[in-house]
Amino acid sequence: MALIELRGVDFSYNEMEAPALKNINLTVEAGEFVSIIGGNGSGKSTLAKLLNVLLVPSAGEVIIDGMNTADEENWLKIRQKIGMVFQNPDNQLVATRVEDDVAFGPENLGIPSPEIRKRVDKALEAVGMERFKDYPPHNLSGGQKQRVAIAGIIAMEPECIVLDEPTAMLDPQGRKEVMETIHFLNKEKGITIIHITHFMEETVGADRIIVMNQGSIHKTGSPLEIFREIDDLKKLGLDVPLVVEMAHELRKKGIKIPDILSINELVDSLCS
Amino acid sequence: MLIELKNVSHIYADDFQGTEALKNINLKIRDHEFIGLVGHTGSGKSTLVQLLNGLIKPSSGSVIIDGVNITEEKTGLLGIRRKIGLVFQYPEHQLFEETVFGDVAFGPRNLGLSEEEVEVRVRESLELVGLDYEEFKDRSPFNLSGGQQRKVAIAGVLAMKPEVLILDEPSAGLDPQGRQQLISLLEYLYNKKGMTIILVSHRMEEIAHLANRVIVMSEGEIIFDDNPAKVFSEVERIRELGLDLPEITEILWRLNRKGLKVRTDIFSLAEAVEEISRELRGSEIC
Ligand SMILES: Nc1ncnc2c1ncn2[C@@H]1O[C@H](COP(=O)(O)OP(=O)(O)O)[C@@H](O)[C@H]1O
Ligand SMILES: Nc1ncnc2c1ncn2[C@@H]1O[C@H](COP(=O)(O)OP(=O)(O)O)[C@@H](O)[C@H]1O
Ligand SMILES: [Mg+2]
Ligand SMILES: [Mg+2]
Repeated sequence: MALIELRGVDFSYNEMEAPALKNINLTVEAGEFVSIIGGNGSGKSTLAKLLNVLLVPSAGEVIIDGMNTADEENWLKIRQKIGMVFQNPDNQLVATRVEDDVAFGPENLGIPSPEIRKRVDKALEAVGMERFKDYPPHNLSGGQKQRVAIAGIIAMEPECIVLDEPTAMLDPQGRKEVMETIHFLNKEKGITIIHITHFMEETVGADRIIVMNQGSIHKTGSPLEIFREIDDLKKLGLDVPLVVEMAHELRKKGIKIPDILSINELVDSLCS
Repeated sequence: MLIELKNVSHIYADDFQGTEALKNINLKIRDHEFIGLVGHTGSGKSTLVQLLNGLIKPSSGSVIIDGVNITEEKTGLLGIRRKIGLVFQYPEHQLFEETVFGDVAFGPRNLGLSEEEVEVRVRESLELVGLDYEEFKDRSPFNLSGGQQRKVAIAGVLAMKPEVLILDEPSAGLDPQGRQQLISLLEYLYNKKGMTIILVSHRMEEIAHLANRVIVMSEGEIIFDDNPAKVFSEVERIRELGLDLPEITEILWRLNRKGLKVRTDIFSLAEAVEEISRELRGSEIC
């Protein structure tokens, strides 16, 4: 059974306007790392909110680990399985100490204190923030705040984390920290990752990319498959990583370069 | 318009540790410069740009605009904010009217313009940022996606027709097309309208492509202040400061290290491709 399954899902915020999502069919297996790209307003955040029942579909079904989100009795369990991290790190941290922030979620689940203690330590370690457990969150950098927000989710022991543009407001260092953290959680802890981003270069390490356009899934494929179609993406107002475009332009000049996705691969293929 | 900062330091009143957000900054900004302002989070960029249009007063030192010391003058701040438009970091937090039209019209209405003139300006500004006037004017800004809200906020500042435009991380959260539109808009405002532009961004490729002067900040101080080619040749220092090189620079730099002697002061893709293929043809190494 797939971890996440959407069958014929529509969603409308408002009957007067075009639906935000139309006939979405999607399956995500446990352990996958999926990146979602798409223009502003294409429905990415709406899709994300359907996954942990911040929204329920207007038509169709969202099934999480066999549980239908239409059934209110499942909500608590689903929210524990699917954690959400948002764009702005400042809006997500509430406590005056980092470890209290991380403990907040498990406390709400009614987990006994000794177990919370363990989970908080483990979660902070997983995001590389154990040294900061006594810090006030507002003194941390943006990337550190996002890692604490992620730790707060991990402490609930979710199977999947959905991150909605988690790096949009971070500086280059913070972006690197967050991307390394979520790849680590995926590879080492087996947590399923659904990662929404406008940074095309952040998606090259994903197992699969979903391309959204005007409320529909335009296509899905591996990074190589998706970024091979440069013109198709540009038509949707999207882009390919700069290295991919550079390789494409160099090929037009008769230089032989294999499929590449990263700076390292490009440099190695040019100077081997 | 000349903007001058003299020995400016700033400590936020509510910062109990008393960290200096800015330390003894000296800076001159002349007409028709395009300045890229970069630095890690907390380096003082937002504090600096808010000083420039009088939103905050420095703890010490002076901010002089067109010969007027705005740190002393109580009056005239309104005039300054009209001439120096600031698009805030997270501007969507500043949206408050019921409709997109109302939000963009807020500034021009405050200038006392006629309702016809206000409408012309709202239409113009929305089209400039790539939002269709008819489609968006009556929508609530709160029901827009983040990127759309960002555009509305930029339109609101453009509707004031400022001489100097300051944008604090305006492309954060914009999709690739929105970012491209923003870049084209800034090029248009700079080249065709002769505006002075100060752009705060973490996207070094944007900065390298657009700016003719790059200011790098760290811990409240100016570390570099020079043209993009000079600044981005400081590869090690830029990395130490937690910043990126523009991706093109990074590629050219690595090729260079591998023995392909390409120039590293190129910031456009087409030129870089030209340079690499030319070097490859003449080279034995690669
Ligand atoms: N709270 C809301 N109320 C009404 N419409 C909304 C709301 N949030 C988003 N929308 C609309 O739904 C569509 C999809 O938005 P969203 O899912 O936020 O897109 P994305 O995350 O891809 O930018 C857009 O047209 C947007 O204007
Ligand atoms: N309103 C405020 N109150 C107290 N401290 C602030 C405030 N705004 C910024 N700071 C502090 O001032 C320093 C510089 O911040 P800022 O100018 O926002 O940097 P940047 O825009 O480069 O991220 C940081 O240490 C920050 O925590
Ligand atoms: Mg979104
Ligand atoms: Mg800032």
